[in-house]
Amino acid sequence: MLTKQCYQAPPPGVDPERLGGLLIVVEGPDSSGRSTQIHMLSEWLEQKGFAVAQVGLKRSALVSSELENAMQGNVLSPRTMALFYATDFYDQLENSIVPALRAGSIVLADRYIFTPIARDVVRGANPAWVETLYSRALVPDAVYYLALSVRNLVDRTLESHGCLDYWESGMDIGHSRDWFDSFVWYQRRIREEFGRLQRRFSFETVNANRSVRATQNDLRKRIDAVLQQALVKF
Amino acid sequence: MFDQKPVPGKLIAVEGLDGSGKSTQVYLLHQWLQGFGCKVYFTEWNSSELVREATRKGKKRQLLTPTTFSLIHATDFADRYDRQILPMLKGGYIVLCDRYKFTSFARDYVRGNDPAWVREIYSYARQPDIVFYFKLPLEIALGRILEGRPDLKYFEAGMDLGLSADIQESFRIFQSRVMGQYDLMAAEFGFTLVDATLPIHQQQEQVRRIITEQIDLAKYRGKV
Repeated sequence: MLTKQCYQAPPPGVDPERLGGLLIVVEGPDSSGRSTQIHMLSEWLEQKGFAVAQVGLKRSALVSSELENAMQGNVLSPRTMALFYATDFYDQLENSIVPALRAGSIVLADRYIFTPIARDVVRGANPAWVETLYSRALVPDAVYYLALSVRNLVDRTLESHGCLDYWESGMDIGHSRDWFDSFVWYQRRIREEFGRLQRRFSFETVNANRSVRATQNDLRKRIDAVLQQALVKF
Repeated sequence: MFDQKPVPGKLIAVEGLDGSGKSTQVYLLHQWLQGFGCKVYFTEWNSSELVREATRKGKKRQLLTPTTFSLIHATDFADRYDRQILPMLKGGYIVLCDRYKFTSFARDYVRGNDPAWVREIYSYARQPDIVFYFKLPLEIALGRILEGRPDLKYFEAGMDLGLSADIQESFRIFQSRVMGQYDLMAAEFGFTLVDATLPIHQQQEQVRRIITEQIDLAKYRGKV
């Protein structure tokens, strides 16, 4: 399959050249339909006969529950939160993603390094510092950013949850005491940051303002092309 | 986030191998400064309440890789730095750190991490006003640990590096490599060397003399 590499030197003990499979990342805000899309992609790929492994943020065996506890208490500094998330990320990279790729699976990542980078930078982290933090990560074979207008994002969030999430509204930043205003401001800032990241890391934007089915078909078409390319090389 | 402006407080770190006696020395220093009426704050490596549970679990179940070992300690440090060390310095305290970023620089390098990466992660952490490096011959440090407390822990002995199946032998090799890193950093970061083979009170005398020479302690006396 496609040759793997890391952005900078790989983590000790990881040899990207020995990895097969495909690493496909779906990024996008909560309520962009990300999980639904990934679920459907997973079924589709399994129908095609590929082994699929799913990973996501805050799912590591090492720190996920401690990270959750710390966030409930809301006493982490932005820097500590950045490092905690990075620990969670590398634990999954080394213990889930790398073994799955070594076994030739397709790894579907429900967000990767880009969401944490965007969140950290919006909270005042130095972009170069955060990018260094994640510089040992494997370069994905494809990254799809589910882009949604902020208007649609607000509608979908309120419709599905009936309320706004503290962190997804950036309430910890203290931009506004009004949750709605803060949410809109925060999501705009995250989107701007994704724009910057997109220029740096060249990923594809998928219009998620459409129906679930239309978005899914678009994703499948794009992933099919990646599969073709990978199989030819293989 | 990368605030390096001068602060009214003073930052003093102690570094050295396990068994170098640095914790005893920093304890005595703490007592002395308190007795003098100074505003002083003490913090030790790996002690953040928020992160400790994850570190403990990772070590106990041997879940840590060189990368996550490095990052979980960096998380612990950041939590203490942002919530304790930096505010205390801004509030005009003398802050005593039992181990500082140099511990990670040494251990993470020995574990195979890219040194430039580790240093960048800690780049926000200011250079201490004084770093005492308690230096002693490897065999003496090893002897103190291996005689006194033979139940070595997996990561402390560097067993994750696969240096030797024998835990005592692994500890020896690991400590010698860590020491090599300390010796290299001593010049680079201007460590103040203390001969850790001297009697405890003589070392302490030297430490107190150096502090008195470099810091106007009267300025740090709190109003009671």
